[in-house]
Amino acid sequence: MDLLRFITAGSVDDGKSTLIGRLLYDSKSIMIDHLEALEKQSKHKEDGEIDLALLTDGLRAEREQGITIDVAYKYFATPKRKFIIADAPGHIQYTRNMVTGASNADLAIILVDARNGVVEQTRRHSIIASLLNIPHIVVAINKMDLVDYSQDVYNNIVIDYAEVAKKLNLKEVKFIPISALNGDNIVEKSEQFPWYDGPSLLELLETVTLEQDIDLTRARFPVQYVIRPQTDALHDYRGYAGKINSGIYKKGDTVAVLPAGIVSTIAAIEVNGKEVEEAFAPQSVVLHLEDDIDISRGDVIVKTDAVPQVSNELEVLLCWMDQKPLVSGNKYVLQINSKQVRAVIKDISYQLDVNSLEKIHQPENIGLNAIVQATIKTASPIVFDAYQELRSNGGAILIDETSHVTVGACMIQ
Amino acid sequence: MSVYRLDYLDQLESEAIHIMREVAGQFERPALLFSGGKDSITLVHLALKAFRPGKFPFPLVHIDTGHNFPEALDFRDALAEGMGEKLIVRQVADTIQKRQLTEPKGKFASRNALQTYTLLDTIEEFGFDACIGGARRDEEKARAKERIFSVRDEFGQWNPKLQRPELWNTYNGRINKGENVRVFPISNWTELDIWNYIKRENIDLPSIYFAHERSVLQYENQLIALSEFIQIEETDVVVTKKVRYRTVGDMTCTAAVESDASTINDIIREITATKTSERGETRIDDKVSEAAMEDRKKNGYF
Repeated sequence: MDLLRFITAGSVDDGKSTLIGRLLYDSKSIMIDHLEALEKQSKHKEDGEIDLALLTDGLRAEREQGITIDVAYKYFATPKRKFIIADAPGHIQYTRNMVTGASNADLAIILVDARNGVVEQTRRHSIIASLLNIPHIVVAINKMDLVDYSQDVYNNIVIDYAEVAKKLNLKEVKFIPISALNGDNIVEKSEQFPWYDGPSLLELLETVTLEQDIDLTRARFPVQYVIRPQTDALHDYRGYAGKINSGIYKKGDTVAVLPAGIVSTIAAIEVNGKEVEEAFAPQSVVLHLEDDIDISRGDVIVKTDAVPQVSNELEVLLCWMDQKPLVSGNKYVLQINSKQVRAVIKDISYQLDVNSLEKIHQPENIGLNAIVQATIKTASPIVFDAYQELRSNGGAILIDETSHVTVGACMIQ
Repeated sequence: MSVYRLDYLDQLESEAIHIMREVAGQFERPALLFSGGKDSITLVHLALKAFRPGKFPFPLVHIDTGHNFPEALDFRDALAEGMGEKLIVRQVADTIQKRQLTEPKGKFASRNALQTYTLLDTIEEFGFDACIGGARRDEEKARAKERIFSVRDEFGQWNPKLQRPELWNTYNGRINKGENVRVFPISNWTELDIWNYIKRENIDLPSIYFAHERSVLQYENQLIALSEFIQIEETDVVVTKKVRYRTVGDMTCTAAVESDASTINDIIREITATKTSERGETRIDDKVSEAAMEDRKKNGYF
């Protein structure tokens, strides 16, 4: 069975948590004891209705304030597919947590309040979806019950959003009118929208095609760990353990070990301790090479028919995620897959204005949640692809050397 | 193209192996927290896949409350010995004595909260910088929020309001001296995924997971095994029933479920049909308050 990972994004009070609650509730994925707990908690609220948002707001502070602070992961399955939901915070202050949830998503549901239309957070979340190159975007126009299920309201929002999508170069965008509160178009198609002939949200989630999302042409294998038992029986055993991030590897393939550039041949591939003829992304495997070469964690074994870039200078789109501002000239640790290397921010060319989507050149004061274009120099060459072309080998994080906190997300250009 | 597409269980397995190898690659003194329950048994199975034919780059560590099911302890010892891997056991009873902690009182006096003291002492004793655990996000709503690499301060505390961003499959395990990281390779697995995996991989489990006759105390709709650790009063209803355990924790805080399921297939059938969550049905310790798990995690619980 297939697995779809999706994120829900939108402004505060657009009804994300309610939507997830509704999806789980209507697909009968909520257990009785959780529902009872929900009913009990909902009674503390004034209107007496079950508050489905309480299902995902798992932290005390979230329930107290009625907002989502961090991503909550929820799981459900239908006979067609399994789903992992990342319920991301809408509040601007917690955008970095949304980035966390979005980074692994195959699909993003961007919620828009039908009464408010496209707002700043819609644009911000769309920028992040575009930056992170989430393959599928669903714009769910929510609270349609509060605008009398009006087709005009819906159409105007679709037109406004199409403009945003065009500017951001978003590809697969689909629109659905819904009411999460009433369950309209969530699991079942609603009769409230005679003018809408598309699928319900769940139908869409069940049928969106995932095949093209893993790249099988450019083979990338970052070495995580070297297995060397050093026992008498396995004296010469030397296996490179890691996960194939993209592509297919076959016994006998010619490979290059980067960044050193040494060429060798695959002698054997092991999956779960058994030798196999070939393996593919995203399998975790052990590779053996014909030649005895020095390979360590962080090196990348690639096939020579489509090679990545190797450089110590990178152009990146960078999402800043720390309270302390980003300062040009500061040093950080850059991590891409299993490789960590010291890095310096050499130059910041522009900041992206989240509202106008325009570039601001020579920006000052780059604070939390800012998105900038920057040049980064690393202490030694790293192996990468352009993020928009190969997501699994084009994303890097920046780590503060003193606090060890992750402070930036880089999408390499 | 379907030839080159992984089934969801294979995807979850590969993700978990990748996370374990990141631990091996990033930390100097990791450990695998082993309880004898199905989730940590699954972790051990995944570790075999991640590191064989080499040895595990970490010992198994069990924090023994002294209230465990004997079947789970026997299973633990046999498993570690069969694999030839190192097992470290530390007793909560020793910590209670050494630190002069107060034993909890009451009908189902549980040492669950005291485990944290022993765990933190053990982390300090061996200088562990990473502890792999079998927690899953579908278990409980605070766990649903936790990162895969979850940093704990020198007091073992989790700060849920200030978690590090965690992008893609890139895990930042850098920490300050004294801090440690709790790592959860099966975060994205559900209870049913675990059972389906156990079935597919033919993984052995302690016998108490399967239906057996047992004398149990009927208490507020829960069935609690008779043991020397709980107080029985004259008004209590004790019955013998055919039961199995859906989770295996302490005898004092884990309830049994009535069941005829004697095979993995039977269990999967029952779990697919159940309307009650795993922890809701079997854990007495979560019911203290809405934020019971969050509060325990903030104090260093795993």
